Amino acid sequence: MSLVPTARDHATAIAADVRAGRRRAVDVVEAHLAAIAATEDQVHAFNLVTAERALAAAAEIDRRVGEGDDPGPLAGVPVALKDNLCTRGVATTCSSRILAGWEPPYDATVVRRLDRAGAVVIGKTNLDEFAMGSSTENSAFGATRNPHDPARVPGGSSGGSAAAVAAGFAPLALGSDTGGSIRQPAALCGVVGVKPTYGRVSRYGLVAFASSLDQIGPFSATVGDAAICYDAIAGHDPLDATSIPTPLESVAAHLADGVSGLRIGLVREMLEGDLAPEPDVVRRVTAAAEALEAAGAKIDEVSVPAVVYGLSAYYLIAPAEASSNLARFDGVRFGLRVDAPTTAEMMRATRTEGFGAEVKRRIMLGTYALSAGYYDAFYGQAQRVRTLISNEFAAAYERFDLLLGPTSPCVAFPLDAKTADPMTMYLNDVYTIPSNLSGQPAMSVPFGTGEGDLPVGVQLLAPALEEARMFAAAAVLEEAAP
Amino acid sequence: MTTTDAVPAAEVAPSIAPGWELVVGLEVHAELATATKMFSSAPNGFAAEPNTNIDPTSLGLPGSLPVVNGRAVELAVRVGLALGCEVRSSIFARKNYFYPDMPKDYQISQYDRPINEGGRLELPGGKVIGVTRAHLEEDTGKNSHMGGDGRITGADYSLIDYNRAGVPLLEIVSEPDISTVEEARQYVEELRAILVAIGASDGKMEEGSLRVDANVSVRRPGEPLGTRCEIKNVNSLRSLGRAIEYEASRQIDLLTAGERVRQETRHWDETGGRTRTGRVKEDAEDYRYFAEPDLVPLDPDPAWIAGIREAMPLLPRQRRERLASAAGVEPSLGAVAVAVTRGLDELALAAIEAGADGRRTLTHVEHNLAVDGAAQLAPSRFAELLAMEQSGALTSTQAREVLGAMVDAALDGRDGDPAAIAEARGFRAMDGDELAGQLDALIAAHPDEWGRFCGGDPKERGKLTGFFVGQVMKATRGQADGKVVTKLLIERAGG
Repeated sequence: MSLVPTARDHATAIAADVRAGRRRAVDVVEAHLAAIAATEDQVHAFNLVTAERALAAAAEIDRRVGEGDDPGPLAGVPVALKDNLCTRGVATTCSSRILAGWEPPYDATVVRRLDRAGAVVIGKTNLDEFAMGSSTENSAFGATRNPHDPARVPGGSSGGSAAAVAAGFAPLALGSDTGGSIRQPAALCGVVGVKPTYGRVSRYGLVAFASSLDQIGPFSATVGDAAICYDAIAGHDPLDATSIPTPLESVAAHLADGVSGLRIGLVREMLEGDLAPEPDVVRRVTAAAEALEAAGAKIDEVSVPAVVYGLSAYYLIAPAEASSNLARFDGVRFGLRVDAPTTAEMMRATRTEGFGAEVKRRIMLGTYALSAGYYDAFYGQAQRVRTLISNEFAAAYERFDLLLGPTSPCVAFPLDAKTADPMTMYLNDVYTIPSNLSGQPAMSVPFGTGEGDLPVGVQLLAPALEEARMFAAAAVLEEAAP
Repeated sequence: MTTTDAVPAAEVAPSIAPGWELVVGLEVHAELATATKMFSSAPNGFAAEPNTNIDPTSLGLPGSLPVVNGRAVELAVRVGLALGCEVRSSIFARKNYFYPDMPKDYQISQYDRPINEGGRLELPGGKVIGVTRAHLEEDTGKNSHMGGDGRITGADYSLIDYNRAGVPLLEIVSEPDISTVEEARQYVEELRAILVAIGASDGKMEEGSLRVDANVSVRRPGEPLGTRCEIKNVNSLRSLGRAIEYEASRQIDLLTAGERVRQETRHWDETGGRTRTGRVKEDAEDYRYFAEPDLVPLDPDPAWIAGIREAMPLLPRQRRERLASAAGVEPSLGAVAVAVTRGLDELALAAIEAGADGRRTLTHVEHNLAVDGAAQLAPSRFAELLAMEQSGALTSTQAREVLGAMVDAALDGRDGDPAAIAEARGFRAMDGDELAGQLDALIAAHPDEWGRFCGGDPKERGKLTGFFVGQVMKATRGQADGKVVTKLLIERAGG
């Protein structure tokens, strides 16, 4: 039974109405809280619904509008935040027991920027613990369900955010994408999901999984909504040393640019051979290519051979960084502490009890990959593969303006279908990982359905900082989607 | 070093057993004198209330990120240039290990690509010690073990102060070119003087802003390097010398007895006067270094480095040479080094420039100006005082007292006019006749002493010179010049 609403309240419309004084932000928030109250128990998108705070923030927006103020481009728009984004005074758990009781003393930069744009945070969404997973089943607080079929997973790790948007709990949500954690759940939940260029959105206040790969991005039901959200959160931040200082180009302003004359490459390695997706997914990607061609783009096949090594490289680099990033969860300063006679034993007991199985697996993988004597064969080699992939993408972008491929090899799968075998689960990210390794932007756009009438997403990939071009093509696909 | 660190000559001496060579390399950690921490805007300050100089980044809170402190980089570049290093593009790396005073359980440091490589430091005597590298990193917090026996293994609980966590450090690593205890001490002294002179660090060993670890090994001359031990917890120059000496003799004893030196970290026990083996780790340390992904490479603009080079102040060696030449003394004279170390060389130069005698100036700087506020003295006033003393208008005792009053005035922001101060205190040097009268009266009053003075035994005469000068001083309330009294005594005794 689908829990997807038939009518949607879009961010663009809400903001326009609230800014013009046609609707009250409080009414908007109440309507979304009502939607959450109706079906959240079947979806479990949220770790925490911040109803009171949201209503207070909405009332403030209304007061400002009443005084003739403009609260900003997202005025009154409810936004769900992945629960690995720090929110001042509001529990931030990463869906892990180890952060039990922790309330950050500061807001993530994206949270501050949403606030500045007039958005209203409505809650913190479930995720695979520390963003490690592709199904949101690795949560210490239970799995999130796919609103299209609650017997199936929403994808992951940002499954809560994807499900919240799909279920109509919020028109916008933020997720983080380390190897596909925004795009894959977007595809499985039938919504738009964007991973911006690495460094385009500040990571300050995002609890790190793999620092060189993590990137925050929006979920929404429409490309236009994703665009105004991206415009609000992107741009240089002095608190993140990897933030790109290049001035931000509004993607919303370029949504109607179309694809006429653009050269778009279909990535062969993502459609055939060992890594080929389900036939339904291939059909949808082919149809998307035809739609872009019909809109004036030039479509050709392109080979990016190194993408087949992406998964292996990723599963060395990401766990290596994670093993270091997650060291600080030691029971000393915040979160869970399991008492023991000595400090070392306390740390061990805390981490043993606080982390779930997948997190432990990755910490061990990463520790091993960085160890003396293995570093070069594992981590060093993975970094060389990363360079190779970047070089091949650079070569491809000499001939193409954008690339096209699938987002996920399959539609949403049943709960527990892949939990027994981590390798099967990891393969979900095979088409999304290369963009994280190269640092380039990519997004998933819903494009029809596949097996079981479940959503299929197609993926647009772009050169660094070419989000505007990518969004313009996404708008064309949205228009043409079956 | 402050003067309290001065080492009695007797302790410097014996060094190590004949037939052995000492090989020492030093790792100096200098806290950089920045306003904020290495990777965040939390204040960098000493002696604040525990856990007040903190922010999300220096506590390593989830989601926090490091941002490089540009001022720390500038100071690191200054040190690199001062030590003749190659200043190069560098990257930060994570050094991973679990410890409660380490907020992130990794330290951001520099590993295979440090900012400064391949420099040199010339000791005052001319020997050159190679500098392997000088790299940037962050400091840790401080643990206090409470209750129980107060040691890490036996305490009831521990308190952690994160004020120091994230304070910028420059780790300056020397080549194993140091071959005596005295060289080790000179190396640290000279390095410290450089750091202070270029404003990179306050160099206070007693506050921990300069910390020294010593890699010590011994060998027979001509043999390859021996196994080294790293000595930690050395908190003063004096301890450094003692620790190296102790460690060298411990190693020589082992080798002489046919045993091996085990490579390990040892802690200097100041009270026990010995080094102790650190906790023996179950497995070899593996810090799993990798490039810090939260930071981008440091790639300093050559024009920026050139600007820093141009703005570099004179180094201590250059200042010593400048002062020595102005004062007409050897650069190796102790007073010259003291003047530069206390930052009083500009004052001395200005006084000499204004006509003061070089040696006399240095004497005052060395002995009478080891006080706060000395640097605030107006050089012209200092020169006036020296002129009064040279002309005989003030005795050296009086000059010292006037100088003290001048420093007090300078500290209060007042102009200390030496003539006015001397007058207010009724100071004037007694002229010869007045003094002669006083002296003759004393001689008459102490015929025994006078007889022994004239007796010809040089020891007796020395003793009694002291006696008569003391009596004259007492009678004149310090207004007599001791040297003049001595001269008069000798004249009276007929040579």
